[in-house]
Parts: sequence; C-alpha cells; structure tokens
Amino acid sequence: MTSKFEYAPAPESRSIVDIKPSYGLFINGEFVDGHGKSFKTISPSTEEVLAEVAEADEADVDAAVKAARKAYDKVWSKLPGRERAKYLYRIARIIQERSRELAVLESIDNGKPIKESRDVDVPIVAAHFFYYAGWADKLEYAGRGNHPQPLGVAGQIIPWNFPLLMLAWKIAPALACGNTVVLKPAETTPLTALLFAEICQQADLPPGVVNIVTGAGGTGQALVGHPGIDKVAFTGSTEVGKAIARTVAGTDKKVTLELGGKAANIVFDDAPLDQAVEGIVTGIFFNQGHVCCAGSRLLVQESVADELLTKLKRRMSTLRIGDPLDKNTDIGAINSAEQLARIRELSEIGEAEGAGRWSPECELPSHGFWFPPTLFTDVTQAHRIAREEIFGPVLSVLTFRTPSEAVEKANNTPYGLSAGVWTEKGSLILSMANRLRAGVVWANTFNKFDPTSPFGGFKESGYGREGGRHGLEAYLK
Amino acid sequence: MSATSTILGPGLDDATKSEASLRRFLHGLPGVDQVGADARAAGLGTRSIKTTAKEFALDLAIRMVDLTTLEGADTPGKVRALASKAMRPDPADPDCPAVAAVCVYPDMVATVKETLGGSGVHIAAVATAFPSGRAALDIKLADTADAVEAGADEIDMVIDRGAFLSGRYQQVYDEIVAVKAACARADGESAHLKVIFETGELQTYDNVRRASWLAMMAGSDFIKTSTGKVQPAATLPVTMIMLEAVRDFREQTGRMIGVKPAGGIRTSKDAIKYLVMVNEVAGADWLDPDWFRFGASTLLNDLLMQRTKMKTGRYSGPDYFTLD
Repeated sequence: MTSKFEYAPAPESRSIVDIKPSYGLFINGEFVDGHGKSFKTISPSTEEVLAEVAEADEADVDAAVKAARKAYDKVWSKLPGRERAKYLYRIARIIQERSRELAVLESIDNGKPIKESRDVDVPIVAAHFFYYAGWADKLEYAGRGNHPQPLGVAGQIIPWNFPLLMLAWKIAPALACGNTVVLKPAETTPLTALLFAEICQQADLPPGVVNIVTGAGGTGQALVGHPGIDKVAFTGSTEVGKAIARTVAGTDKKVTLELGGKAANIVFDDAPLDQAVEGIVTGIFFNQGHVCCAGSRLLVQESVADELLTKLKRRMSTLRIGDPLDKNTDIGAINSAEQLARIRELSEIGEAEGAGRWSPECELPSHGFWFPPTLFTDVTQAHRIAREEIFGPVLSVLTFRTPSEAVEKANNTPYGLSAGVWTEKGSLILSMANRLRAGVVWANTFNKFDPTSPFGGFKESGYGREGGRHGLEAYLK
Repeated sequence: MSATSTILGPGLDDATKSEASLRRFLHGLPGVDQVGADARAAGLGTRSIKTTAKEFALDLAIRMVDLTTLEGADTPGKVRALASKAMRPDPADPDCPAVAAVCVYPDMVATVKETLGGSGVHIAAVATAFPSGRAALDIKLADTADAVEAGADEIDMVIDRGAFLSGRYQQVYDEIVAVKAACARADGESAHLKVIFETGELQTYDNVRRASWLAMMAGSDFIKTSTGKVQPAATLPVTMIMLEAVRDFREQTGRMIGVKPAGGIRTSKDAIKYLVMVNEVAGADWLDPDWFRFGASTLLNDLLMQRTKMKTGRYSGPDYFTLD
C-alpha cells in the first residue's frame, strides 16, 4: 500500500517578469544606449539567452560618473538627511511591493532556488534599505563626529552570487550618507540591477543619484580608474580585489574590499548535532556554495566525527536539486560554465590528492550548469581543497582533538571572513570567538545576515565593514 | 531493578540499569538548539505539495487519523456516530479510505467495538488517569486492563509529568514498563502502547528528546505529543524532535517506533506539513498508518473537503460532510 511520497513539480510562474530583448545603461535617470558592444546574459539553469545587455566602455563610464557628480553637487549632498530618507523608504517599500518579480528574475538570471531569492535575498534587500533610511537623518550620532560629510561619488562593483543583495549592501548606505553612485553589476547577472534602476525611476529618485553601468572586467577597470570617483567599494574575488587595491594606490580614493573566504565551521562534541547538521548544510549548500563566507571547511571533533558524518550524509540525500523556479528546489544551478569548470577542477584535484569524495545519488538536469552537493572526507590542511576557495557546493571535512587545535586549523588560512562554532557551552563560544581571526563568528547558526550587523573580513578577505553602524564609516568622512 | 528486555543492545540495556545510569544516559543525549530546531521545522513547512503529491498526501493523512472524542459529555450515541464515520469518512465516495482508529475513553470501548466490528479500524483507548495521570499506579494499571479487556487494540497512556520534571526518570520508566505489561491480552497478544508526553508541560525540546528515549527504551510502540487538553498541543518542531528520536533509535536498536502528534492539527495544509516532515526527517518508512498517526477530530472533515476538491475541481461547503 505504501508508495513513495514524490513531490510533484511546483514551479513559480515566470509571467510576473517582463524581460526585454535588450537593455541599455542607466545613466542620469534614463536608460541610454552604450557606445560599446553588447553581451548576452543567459539563464544558467537552461542556457537560454535572456537578453542582450550593453557593455559600457570608458566614455559610458565617464558619462555615468559625470552624471553622478552633478547629482551629488547640485542635489543629493544638499538634501537634508530626512529628505534622503524619504527616497530610501520609498525604494524599500517598492522593493517589498515588487518582491515576487524581483525574486523570480533573480532566480532566472542567477540560478539560485526561488525559496532563497524569495525568503532570503529580497527580504534582506528591503530590510537593508529600511535600515539605512533610518540612519540618513541621524548621522551625527554614528560616532563619526558632529558633522560627518559624504565622500562624493562612489564607484561600486558587485559579484554575481547575490546580485540584488550586494547592490543593496552598496547603494543603501552610500545614499543614506549623501553620496551618489555608479554601480557595475556582474557580467552574468545584470538583470535585477536593471530592474532596480526602474524602481529608482518609480521612486522619483533625482536623476544621477544612482547610475548603473553593465559590463565585464573592462568596464570595472574603467570605473575604478576614473579620476572622478572618490570611493571604490568592491565585493568579489581576492585576485581582482588586489588589482583594485593596486590601481587606487597613490590616489586619495577610499576603498572597501569584501573578498574571498575559506571559513571553518567548527563542531564540538557537545554540540546540538541535528542542528549542527542543518548549519553545515546551510553553511555550504546555501546558494550552491556561491557564498564568500560559506562554511567550506567542516572542522569536527574526532569523538563525534562518525556520528555527525552519518547524519550529514543522510541529510544531504534529502536535498533537492533542479529547476530554480520550483518551490521545492534546495539547490539550483551553478552560475556559469566558467565557475562550473573551476568547481570540477578543484574537486578532481581533491580526489587526486587522496581525499574521499561523496555525493548523494541525484539526477542532474541535462541542460544548464549543475554540480551535485559533494563532501570530501579525510581532508588535511595540506590538501588544496582545504586551502583554496572553491565557491561551489563542495565541503571539506577535517577533524580536530582539542579547542586549541580547532583554532589553529581554523586560522591557518590566508582568509578570515567568517567562522561557525557549535557547542552547548556558552563559555567555549566566547573564548572561540575571541581566538578566531574572522570578521563574523556565528554561534550555533551559520549564514545569518541582518542589516544591523557589520560584515567584513580579516587578512585576504578584505577590509572595511558593510552593514550596521560600522557600514556608515565606509561612506563618511 | 526494572524488567528490561535485552533487545535494546548493550549500550541501552546498561542505560536502564539504575536511576543514576538512566539519568546519565538521558542527560548525555545531544542537546537540541531551540532556534535551530524551530528554523528547520519552519523550513520544511515551506515545501509546496501540489497535484498528484497532494492527492497522495490527503489519502495517506485520512488513513492516519485517530478519530478522537474525549469529552465528559460523550455518550454511546455520540461514539457510535464517530465510529460509523471512521469506517466511511465520505459516504458520497466509496473509494475514500477509512481512518486508522477511533480514540475514546475506556468506558466507551465496548460501544465502539460493536459498531466497528471487523472493519479493520482500530480502537484506541486513553488510560492511566488520562489526561493528568495523577493517580496511584494500581489504579492506572486497572484503568489500562479494563480498556484492554473491553477490546481496545491500542492504549494511549500519559506519563507522570510531575515525576519526569522532578527528575524521577526511573519512576516514569517503571510505570511505562508496568502499563505495557498490563496491555497483554488473554490470547498472548498485546495492545499497542502509545505513550503521551504532554509536551506542552515538558516545555523544552531537550525534555522532549529525553522523554522520547525514555519511553522507547521502556517498550512503548508509539510516542505521542499531547492529550489535546493542554496548550500548546502538537507542534511541528516538537514532532520533529520525536521523529529524530525514532529514527536514531531504529539506527541503534533496529526497532521501529511510531509517532503521533495530537491536538491542534486542524487543516489539510498542516497535516501535509507533518507528512513532509515525516518523509524528510524520519524517512519514507514512517509514511504508513502503522508508524504515524494524527490525533484529531476536526482535521478529518478538512481532509475530506480538500480531497473532494482535488477529485471534482470544485470546493464544497461543510454541509456536504458529516458532523462527527
């Protein structure tokens, strides 16, 4: 009588989004054609071409920076904080009103599951605008003196893993502090930024306050090197971050960089194991592991390692991989062919170096870019998969015997963005948090984000903080 | 001291040897982080069950219902009506499956039995001074034996929450063992024993996990959240903790134990959330009335309404379904 409980497809409707065949650049409050070439953006889950998008060249970037400067000098820096706040509140409300549209578009262009874009990304985006709207008229209480001043024009470059969320992290504090911005979304995920441009129009934001220039590395270089910007904010790879730091060296541009990570998720033997398993899954499989603060190294105390791994494998077997728009999908598509190749390469290296590779049985769709959730056991600090950022759904499992060994291993990395600690013992959490060299330490949870909480790295994970009161410092002098 | 069987395996048999070892074992179970457990349960609640999956789930949920009336005002007429409904939940559709059992007080068991006859629907009786459990052990045992003698297939007992909360785990354990013995029938068979924790009174998830292991080691066949008389009754996270316990217990002993959330589950939507949780936490083996039940009364009509909607494409009003 018993048959299996198979979940029928439950796709979210695409009809709510209207993707145009081609997109221009958003400069001075209007969509304009670029001078350069154009590129195609595809859906990573189907490889379907979604739209042609303009690739901004130096002249386009120059026009955007000039528009931002004019808006800064004439309008935005002169508005009282409470007036700026009204615009930010309005944007936040429109984001909430159009949340389903934003979520569906994000999942189509990025490949992430709709349950994440719907329940995580877009709500935090709105929360970020609400939060910084609240700061706009209270900047003198931010601990930066009685008359904190904006910096001017900010050049902002964001990655493809959380397109809209990273946009919010960059634009909301910049605008709240009185700056204007030129933002470049990632080449593979420009669509939600362009929809955000529409929202700026809908909110009657003065022209030039937000400018969006789409393009690849060249566009980013033109923006970073432009003499007319006062501030560079970048989230992305450590390699590009270093190049940016070199470019701006010797200028008076301020810089914040949020770069890679290889976070340790540390599970002690007295941890709440079932919840730790959830935290490990959230830590590395959330957003296909395309998370700079992903818990990509599991450090588990040897005395519970077997038990934990049994539970983890069983849990991984229930993960559902497939159509990002299906409401029951847990793991979506890898964002690009290039990223998939990188994940495959490092996984093969892991195997070649002798680590034990395991994935649950799962069928992958025939089109698009897919990688199954994977874990490697018997990994040591000497393995490349324990040192290099894979940026995919691949977990390296290491063991430790004592808290000191856990700290040593966790800190033995060039990165320092985040860490997780799992134990029922409060004093151990506090002592670990003191000893871990990471910008964020989560206790009995992982990958939790809130606009009130600062986020940023140690060492090669970058400098500067985004979020919270600390996030204002990046946009004030 | 206790009359433990040795089927639990070496680790667990040692655990039940004395009050001290029982306490050490229960307090040595991994803790439950409340925030994390709530988040996981809520996450499972967002699964979207449509079309064929929904049809499957609705039929399964109907087959898992323990149709319940536990009122001071229960009369033979009332329980006969309930028993008739249990056999034919939807008189308009002969394909509609029967529920798992009818759940009543012991004095109504004989009446229910007359109506149910050989229909295959089980009779469950609450016993052991239900719902508070505040009575002497011999009275609880007599209550149980009375229900079994009257023909109950299943006994839903309550644990002594006072003893549990004051740390007298051995007493709770011994009581379950004794009630289990009282479930024995003359023919050598034994009524199935469901052990009710009243999780609304135990409050913490750590307590729920400890109570689950305690009851399973003492020989219960099912573990059940609530009497329905205390709020909160069944919740998704509490049920999840119990499902984790039965899953881990089978891994350790090879023995499978059932789970029954009871009280407060009123809609099909809720019931389907529970089934998703059973499927993903304990595993598909538990998706069977032998291993998972809903203690409910109003739930059944909502399941029937949704089922009819799935079959006909139209919603109908409550007047088209029978009153319990």
